[in-house]
Amino acid sequence: MRGPAQPLGARLASALVPVVPYLWLGLFFLVPFLIVLKISLSDAAVAQPPYAPVFDWADWRGFIEGLDLENFELLLSDSLYFDATLSSLRIAAVSTGLLLLVGYPIAYAMARAPVSWRPVLIALVILPFWTSFLIRIYAWVAILKPEGFLNQALMGLGLLSEPLDILNTEAAVFIGIVYAYLPFMVLPLYAALEKLDPSLTEAALDLGSTPLRAFWQITVPLSWPGIVAGSLLCFIPAVGEFVIPDLLGGSETLMIGRQLWSEFFSNRDWPLASAVAILLLLILVVPIVIYRDIEARRLEARP
Amino acid sequence: MPKPSASAKRRSVGAVRASFAPWADPGAVPLIRVASVTKRFGDAVAVDDLSLDIYGGEFFCLLGPSGCGKTTLMRMIAGFEQPDTGTLTLAGQNLAGVPPYRRPVNMMFQSYALFPHMSVERNIAFGLRQDRLPKDEIAARVAEMLRLVQLEGLAGRRPDQLSGGQRQRVALARALAKRPKVLLLDEPLAALDKKLREETQFELMDIQHELGMTFIVVTHDQEEAMTMADRIAVMDRGRIVQVATPGEIYEQPKTRFIAEFVGDVNIIEGQVAGQEAGLWRVAASPAGAPLTIDDPDEVLHSGQAVAIAVRPEKMVIQREPFPAGRPNVLTGTVWDIGYLGDWTVYRVKLDTGAIMRVSRANASRFVEAPIDWDERVSIAFAPDAAVILSR
Amino acid sequence: MTARRFSLFNATSLALGFAFLYLPILLLVVYSFNDSRLVTVWGGFSTRWYGALIQNEPLMEAAWITVRIAFVSAALATVLGTLAALALTRYGRFPGRRLFTGMVYAPMVMPEVITGLALLLFFVAVNLDRGFWTVSLAHTTLTLCFVTVVVQARLVSFDRSLEEAAMDLGAPPLRTFLFVTLPLIAPSVIAGFLLAFTLSLDDLVLASFNTGPGATTLPIRIYSQVRLGLSPEVNAASTILVGIVAFGVVTATILSKRSVLRSRRNAH
Repeated sequence: MRGPAQPLGARLASALVPVVPYLWLGLFFLVPFLIVLKISLSDAAVAQPPYAPVFDWADWRGFIEGLDLENFELLLSDSLYFDATLSSLRIAAVSTGLLLLVGYPIAYAMARAPVSWRPVLIALVILPFWTSFLIRIYAWVAILKPEGFLNQALMGLGLLSEPLDILNTEAAVFIGIVYAYLPFMVLPLYAALEKLDPSLTEAALDLGSTPLRAFWQITVPLSWPGIVAGSLLCFIPAVGEFVIPDLLGGSETLMIGRQLWSEFFSNRDWPLASAVAILLLLILVVPIVIYRDIEARRLEARP
Repeated sequence: MPKPSASAKRRSVGAVRASFAPWADPGAVPLIRVASVTKRFGDAVAVDDLSLDIYGGEFFCLLGPSGCGKTTLMRMIAGFEQPDTGTLTLAGQNLAGVPPYRRPVNMMFQSYALFPHMSVERNIAFGLRQDRLPKDEIAARVAEMLRLVQLEGLAGRRPDQLSGGQRQRVALARALAKRPKVLLLDEPLAALDKKLREETQFELMDIQHELGMTFIVVTHDQEEAMTMADRIAVMDRGRIVQVATPGEIYEQPKTRFIAEFVGDVNIIEGQVAGQEAGLWRVAASPAGAPLTIDDPDEVLHSGQAVAIAVRPEKMVIQREPFPAGRPNVLTGTVWDIGYLGDWTVYRVKLDTGAIMRVSRANASRFVEAPIDWDERVSIAFAPDAAVILSR
Repeated sequence: MTARRFSLFNATSLALGFAFLYLPILLLVVYSFNDSRLVTVWGGFSTRWYGALIQNEPLMEAAWITVRIAFVSAALATVLGTLAALALTRYGRFPGRRLFTGMVYAPMVMPEVITGLALLLFFVAVNLDRGFWTVSLAHTTLTLCFVTVVVQARLVSFDRSLEEAAMDLGAPPLRTFLFVTLPLIAPSVIAGFLLAFTLSLDDLVLASFNTGPGATTLPIRIYSQVRLGLSPEVNAASTILVGIVAFGVVTATILSKRSVLRSRRNAH
């Protein structure tokens, strides 16, 4: 047994510390997911709420019989969901790649900046994050519209004769995701790069490597944990993103988050929406577990 | 009980004669009793079936290399770890299950652990506030502590506004404020520079004497232990190797480990060749004739392999060979000389190849014909200058 | 780590990066003073939209509800998140730790449509009327994870010997936490609170799923307006928000810089 001796009362009280958040999360996170699972196996009903009851204690046999995989069959048969899933994964992956491309130089520059600048730089990266997400996406609508600021500027400078049609296309979604998620990529990258010992790069240069090769063979591999953490932190939520494709994307921009939303709010088909949620969860469970493992290992690695 | 030696008069080990020795009094009751305590961390045994008695008013030292278990033992006394087996008793009360905030023991941490968000005054008063003493009593005690550690006038400062030495005094004052029965000090001098360390050593001894408290110091620095302690417990790998006064540890080491850990020593290996007039004869290859050792406490038989320890300052070195009949003479060539100002240390390579260290005080400023490198020299030591090591 | 050649490339990256981040916000702010109703055409300087904003009752009401929800959920999330952070850093291997870690980190990355739907179905199943409290509970559950991450980062580097010293001097665990640990991790706890507050203030998806009559939040209102077309009052609202947040962040940075400098100057 480790640690100091403690009287029984103190030990019970200290057990509350993990127990209280555990219960909360169990109740408000775990249980809801079990309910989603159950609902996804139910039938829609024209009632309020629009599905068959969650759990009938008296008639549990009938309850089990009432469950079916109808909703999932629908999902798998209708190519819409398949396409939406693929498209979501694709868009999220491409956006994550773009985020790496844009975020890495920023994080790198921050890690190389004079130490006194760094709190300011971090604050500057975080500041947009503290302002409303919705409003910032909305700002991009204003920028990317045919009559928007971007086109005004480009046409005003004489670079274009006709406005660019960016809004309501996938390109706008990319821009939106990169813009909104940038702090989530930059900060983990910065954390990893900041720990890097600059003398390692110098040693490589001293031994004859070019700066570019030193970057690829030393800096990038050593910042790998930051790359993975930042990528997961962006990719996973981006797959299920709703607001950005809804505001910036067009009707052809299929994303599974939008599907879920419309099943729920427009079609009022809660069981089907639940099935979509389960589907999305299944797709993401592996990356989520990986992310959890990375964070848990980081916690344990500290002394 | 020591057997009667060749000399009838009582001999005192070491140069200092201590009049404070409760451990030698059969009627004295120890303040702290550690009984067969074992502590494991996973597969590693930190403290291995350890038993120890510490008496009230002692300045006690736990000495040993890192990893020997001294810190673990101290933390068990403080209450931050619990023994797996065995008992810890303080003033007759079993400490099992007693949390650290209910023990009459206080600790001075190695890192000082001063509360950075509190002033010096509030740091020192912290323990007193937990006992809910009246405000004016707290204020008086804090003032008394500040006077004791000579930090009057700094009550309002914060830890980050103090020097390292000042922070150490605050940590000491804070730990003493509650007048604990026992004060534990974890490497108290480790963070101080040499000059400050020496001063602080004597100050700690003065404070302990003035307050009449029991101090237990954990340290890996044998000089610290030798200077400050009434008794030292030398630990190695979770066990106590020897508990004795500094003088006894230095002049009567029980094992080779202790002889080598505390101070410098020459180890000569040989076999017992018999006993003559109460003195042991040991055949050792570095010497010509067998050595004559006066160590009456040992019980040995002929042919037994032994190791003999001789401290460098107990040896005599000179250029001229000694007269015949002089016991314990070795010859060799000067291999190295280290001039330290107050002492000179000679490393002499004996004809057998072994190297002996001999140190000599530079008692006069001018020396005629000093011993030089590569000179042939003779070394000798008295029969009672050597100790036969049991292990 | 000492800073090395801060090259032109680095400087350019930073400049372009921050321009990218701030240009949209800047445009919003500038055009909030636009006299013309057409958001993208400049019609002269005017503050009329700020006036219209104040008079826009539904918008103001939604703002007030959103602030109250944010405050309640952030307060709950801070308490729960700090407890969770303590549990993760101080309690070693307790039974169910893997599940606990999963439940703490998963909401951070889980798409909000999933958590929103799940919570709604839960509230329906337990027959809880949707409105202020369901949104608050939903926000608490989402944001407590972020609080945990922030506080746990601070706890990991916290000097445990300070707590041992307090216990050694007679303070039982609760008092040690209140008088020694909490004051020293307070900046992180406050940062966690602010983070939770902002996330709640900002959230559209969870609120949409879990709201009820009388609990229309600001993001929901803005969203419905934005779908119909750009609105200048939203510009004004966003400028005010940006102003408040900028002021807060700048003040916090200055304060923390000053305290870092002060302690660095005093330590030897």
